[in-house]
Amino acid sequence: MAVKPRIKLPARAKVGEVIEIKTLVSHVMETGQRRDQDGKVIPRMIIHTFTAKYDDKPLLEAKLWPGTSANPYFQFFMKVPGPGSFEFTWVDDAGTVINEKVELNVE
Amino acid sequence: MTGGHVRIGVRRRDVIVGASAGAAILALMRSLPASAQDPAKTPAALKEFDAAFKQIVGEGKPVPGKLKLEIPEIAENGNTVPYLITVESPMTENDHIKAMHMLSTSNPQPGVASFTLTPLMGKASIASRMRLAKTQDVVALAEVSDGQFLVARRTVKVTIGGCGG
Repeated sequence: MAVKPRIKLPARAKVGEVIEIKTLVSHVMETGQRRDQDGKVIPRMIIHTFTAKYDDKPLLEAKLWPGTSANPYFQFFMKVPGPGSFEFTWVDDAGTVINEKVELNVE
Repeated sequence: MTGGHVRIGVRRRDVIVGASAGAAILALMRSLPASAQDPAKTPAALKEFDAAFKQIVGEGKPVPGKLKLEIPEIAENGNTVPYLITVESPMTENDHIKAMHMLSTSNPQPGVASFTLTPLMGKASIASRMRLAKTQDVVALAEVSDGQFLVARRTVKVTIGGCGG
């Protein structure tokens, strides 16, 4: 849980260029369907929301269900509007918030 | 793997046994009363899928063709199946993809992920990874800014089912 999320951005980007962004965070994404050895249901514990912002402007938001695999991975794009910073946020069922800010190197 | 996995797995297998399991299991299945085969399992999952689908599209009639869904035809491990949803869109304020959704038709819950897109993305393309409890169809939906819905449906054969989801 405390593991730092992995973010992959291009080393350099130009204004107007469409860049690829990859994010991966460690999380069990427990479905709530499984049972332990005593037959008791293991409670659901998933990341239910992921958001990506650039300079406080919404870029992408994802609502997630147990059908998303453990360690949620996303690959998406942004048309670079200018220099700025990304803010990525993951929120799970326990209310744990993982927040990661990364500056984009714009030429 | 816990006891729960095994139990759920066997029940699901009832449904797909004709297609995939050995003759011995098939013979055993035939000896069981219909109720023990849990005939409601697949219809219930499909009903939930239909409800989730309707909740997204409402009265809309999704159009096939423009939305591209890339997912393996055969997934050896249902716990993590990569998928890619793409629509050719200029992603301008006036003409962009507002949302994309990924649904399963036979998982315990149909929801996988719902994405809200913005013109800032420049390209309507998202890749992620999903769970598949068993062989089934998966459905991707996209909502265009003019209110139109796009749809794509693919069958994925699952060798080892993902745990729930």
